[in-house]
Amino acid sequence: MARRSAVKALIQLKRFSPLPGFRLSLGFTWLYLTLIVLLPLAAIITRSLRGGSAQFLHAISTPRVEAAFRVTLASALLASVVAAVFGFLVAWVLARYNFPGRRIVDALIDLPFALPTAVAGISLTSLYSEKGWIGRFLEPRGIHVAFTQAGIVLAMSFVGLPFVVRSVQPVLEEIDTAMEEAAASLGASDWQVFARILAPVSLPALVTGAALAFARAAGEYGSVIFIAGNMPMKTEIAALLVVTKLEEYDYTGASAIAVAMLALSFVVMLSLNLLQWRLQRKVGERI
Amino acid sequence: MTRVILVVAALFFVALFLVLPLAAVFAQAFAHGWRIYIDAIRERDVLAALRLTLLVAAIAVPLNVAFGIAASWAITRFDFIGKNLLISLIDIPLAVSPVVAGLMYIELFGLHGWLGPWLSQHNLHIVFAVPGLVLATIFVTFPFVARELIPFMQAQGGDEEEAAVVLGAGGWSIFWRVTLPNIKWALLYGTILAASRSIGEFGAVSVLSGHIRGRTVTLPLEVEMLYNEYNFTAAFAAASLLSLAAVITLIVKKAIEIISGVHTPPSKEDFAE
Repeated sequence: MARRSAVKALIQLKRFSPLPGFRLSLGFTWLYLTLIVLLPLAAIITRSLRGGSAQFLHAISTPRVEAAFRVTLASALLASVVAAVFGFLVAWVLARYNFPGRRIVDALIDLPFALPTAVAGISLTSLYSEKGWIGRFLEPRGIHVAFTQAGIVLAMSFVGLPFVVRSVQPVLEEIDTAMEEAAASLGASDWQVFARILAPVSLPALVTGAALAFARAAGEYGSVIFIAGNMPMKTEIAALLVVTKLEEYDYTGASAIAVAMLALSFVVMLSLNLLQWRLQRKVGERI
Repeated sequence: MTRVILVVAALFFVALFLVLPLAAVFAQAFAHGWRIYIDAIRERDVLAALRLTLLVAAIAVPLNVAFGIAASWAITRFDFIGKNLLISLIDIPLAVSPVVAGLMYIELFGLHGWLGPWLSQHNLHIVFAVPGLVLATIFVTFPFVARELIPFMQAQGGDEEEAAVVLGAGGWSIFWRVTLPNIKWALLYGTILAASRSIGEFGAVSVLSGHIRGRTVTLPLEVEMLYNEYNFTAAFAAASLLSLAAVITLIVKKAIEIISGVHTPPSKEDFAE
């Protein structure tokens, strides 16, 4: 009886609503969420800890695993910077200028979301390998992209780009141009307008987009494995190592790496929320 | 002048970074002519993979649509304890690597997993079988419909539905006559995102598939297998079908944005009201 009222308290309405379907829709939502997301999440976390925390730490601190995490994190960080720089440029052009084909470019930005990662992977590999359209210009100059860490960064920037553009673009569209015009009429240079008005206002969105791109890149698999070369200790990413461990029937090892990856992306998401909140407050104070 | 330089720079970047990879898929697929291309996509394994891909999407997408509608109805029309927690939990699949998602289901349903022994006693196969592919696909597209509907229905408010209640309408007739017509574009938008990702998902299904040709290989996995067999023309031919689906997705998405105003920032006229 006590348990029943506890359950009831848990889903209790805070305010009366005349609309029907509250219990049905909320019940189905929680049930589906539990079955599809929470239960599998619990399964993998308990599996990784089954041998105790010492075994967990041992599994994620072998030289090969540490190297995979180093490669993954460094590449994802670089890729999010690349995506932030070019994403900001594209978002700016789309938000501020009208030019022929603007709608087509705008639609194309989501290509990395829509294109299956395996397709992106083999396509980028063929473009940047020795005989590819781009590789044939780079290879003779000693610039190797395919099967090196540069290839990993490239593939990760590809999947990360839309996150930056789609975060920044609406913010740039919303900034009132009157503010920039006022600054310009008071004698501010283009650079001052950018540094004093545009940069602070769009910074939270840029950070958000870059962090989302980073999180996506750190867990990315399909687009990276073809171009990476997958040399242990050098160009092997964490997601691939999970699959390799699994193929070797090392379930504990695979789960330990997977849980470390989960923890990492949850930390990124959490600090993103905090950072955004603080940045927004700062901008709010200044205006 | 700055404007011209920036536009040209952005266009050059988009061409190099986005258009070229797309074009390369088709160029490689047709490298040896039409006939070889047609033969490659009419290969039995490719057709089986295509059928399986569509089957998996046909199960996963409607389930996530049902979930998206239920979740957004509960979240936007009622005030209850744990609402913010629920909203955060719905986003979890976006933060999980597809490979990790696949592994979760192995730990749950695999032979060494929680439910594995029970499943094998009853001769039920989830891992390395079609149900596993469906589960993986549901997971990676889990929040897509809900995330489109929640902000949209929040902005719309529940006044019209409350009026329908006052006028004596029942639950289902409110849904079909009031809610659904109001949310149809946002719902379609989310459904298309989910369908597109379902068709193209690679990492999560790769872990759960077992790669049994003709039985558990979806089209993206077939692309990988052909590529790893150095059968590049066939791999790109299969990839061209997926790229075509991606291009159609982008066009339909843009069309919905233009027709309905979903996902376009509010213009000044909207504020004037």
